[in-house]
Amino acid sequence: MPFETAFLATVLPELILLATACAVLVLDLYLNDEQRGWNHNLAILGLAATLGTVGLLSNNGVTIAFSGSFIRDPFGDLLKGIILILTIFTFVYSRDYMRERGLWVGEYHVLVLFATLGMLIMVSAHSFLTLYLGLELLALCLYPLVAFDRDSKPGAEAAMKYFVLGALGSGMLLYGISMLYGATGSFGFADVAEVVNAEGLENKILVFGLVFVLIGVAFKFGAVPFHMWLPDVYQGAPMPVVLFLASAPKIAAFAMATRILIDSLGALQADWGEILMILAILSIGLGNVVAIAQTNIKRMLAYSTISHVGFIFLGLLAGTQEGYAAAMFYTVVYALMAAGAFGVLAMISINGLEVEQLDDLKGLNDRDAWLAAMLALMMFSMAGVPPAVGFFAKLLVLDAVVSVGLTWLAVVAVVFSIIGAFYYLRVIKLLYFDKAADSTPLRLAGDAKIAITVNGLAVLLLGIFPASLLGICNAAFSG
Amino acid sequence: MIALSDYLLLAGLMFAIAVAGIFINRKNVIILLMCIELMLLAVNINFVAFSHFLGDTAGQVFVFFILTVAAAEAAIGLAILVILFRGRQTINVDELDLLKG
Repeated sequence: MPFETAFLATVLPELILLATACAVLVLDLYLNDEQRGWNHNLAILGLAATLGTVGLLSNNGVTIAFSGSFIRDPFGDLLKGIILILTIFTFVYSRDYMRERGLWVGEYHVLVLFATLGMLIMVSAHSFLTLYLGLELLALCLYPLVAFDRDSKPGAEAAMKYFVLGALGSGMLLYGISMLYGATGSFGFADVAEVVNAEGLENKILVFGLVFVLIGVAFKFGAVPFHMWLPDVYQGAPMPVVLFLASAPKIAAFAMATRILIDSLGALQADWGEILMILAILSIGLGNVVAIAQTNIKRMLAYSTISHVGFIFLGLLAGTQEGYAAAMFYTVVYALMAAGAFGVLAMISINGLEVEQLDDLKGLNDRDAWLAAMLALMMFSMAGVPPAVGFFAKLLVLDAVVSVGLTWLAVVAVVFSIIGAFYYLRVIKLLYFDKAADSTPLRLAGDAKIAITVNGLAVLLLGIFPASLLGICNAAFSG
Repeated sequence: MIALSDYLLLAGLMFAIAVAGIFINRKNVIILLMCIELMLLAVNINFVAFSHFLGDTAGQVFVFFILTVAAAEAAIGLAILVILFRGRQTINVDELDLLKG
């Protein structure tokens, strides 16, 4: 297959991000400790340039490059844009936390940038090979990030657990891919889809592959019963890493699920839908119930993540265009909420305080009313209280499930999310109605405050005017 | 003549041993890393076997990528193992119990 220079224009955003990551890697060698800010500035500049290029290249058409292994489409453009914005937020929120602990070094920026590159590649993958390489680039950057505080014992333990279970998940996915390859003779999503459409479940190797690929996807999402790594990793990793881990990679995981399940195995929707249904019920149930028992806020939010993953699966298993768009909307909204919630936690973990326990949040309102309001907004949104956007996300997903006749499933989901509302509201009670042990006002950087305000306003405004984002999500699946 | 199913059986067995090793092993983290490698090699056997019997070289190209990724993965796994050992002077799986809820 000939190489065409025109293909390079399609991957321009990825190339710019790669160049930025390499530039930060080299620049860091020439900086002393006072000048580390240049890493930060260059990384944000590179991400903004990448974001701009994604915007410039976006149109309603679809471009497939590199003999069918890379695709650029409106679906990918939106997800890439959100991933890049969330990564910029991550850098802004995490600066003071990392600087105070002596972790604000070039490697942190390089690892986050390469992880972002991996996510962009995953989002744009059009063959299993590209998808696998993007996934591994992301995962191999996340493992060291979890252990980024080298002297932290929980950090090293969390990284080891994440590494072993992450590799197990990748192994399952790969085994599934090898079976799909054997059944179809190809890696390209389009070619696989052609064979799957023709043969369906007649081909037993295909069924085998489908199950293993699904297990791999569930591992990466952290759906029950493949969720064991998630609470431990959240608890052990430094707060900015959790912030990163909880937001952008969820979008990449959603893109991976969509590309595999809908683009290439769409003809088997009835079969993988049933498996996803079991995973979704277990995730929503276990996530919401176990979160109540947690006293560690990171662990509590980890179980909350698991329950949200269940909701994303609800949209996918509906199997309609409406359901896919609802799942995409939910994923984007969840990533925004997670970034905001962990962003606040990272911002208040300064001056020697490390927010770990729920009690550390007591009386935050007296220390910084605006941050407390933002965290409360994120909690309301996660619980699904209108007018925050979390309500609409849940409504759309449930509507999609009901419209395919699975009303009982929607009832189960609603019951568990009412149970789940308890632990979100408990955080709000701690913020506003309890006294802080130390009520000195917090002094925070201006740019972090602007970022959290933008993040909070996005959650609120998308809740009041959901049509704009929903329109883009619908358009992404109508092609 | 060795049939395709024989290769698949071998790969399946290797994969099963690797997964069982990850869950049964309670002693040593290095054995976990070995199990992960074994799992990836099982997948490679699958790819090469399919590639040969389908008469399509793409599967063998995938194997090269998997081998490269496996090398990078082993490097990172061992690096994490080093900081784990430095912090607590043991790599016993049973003693990895700081994080619980």
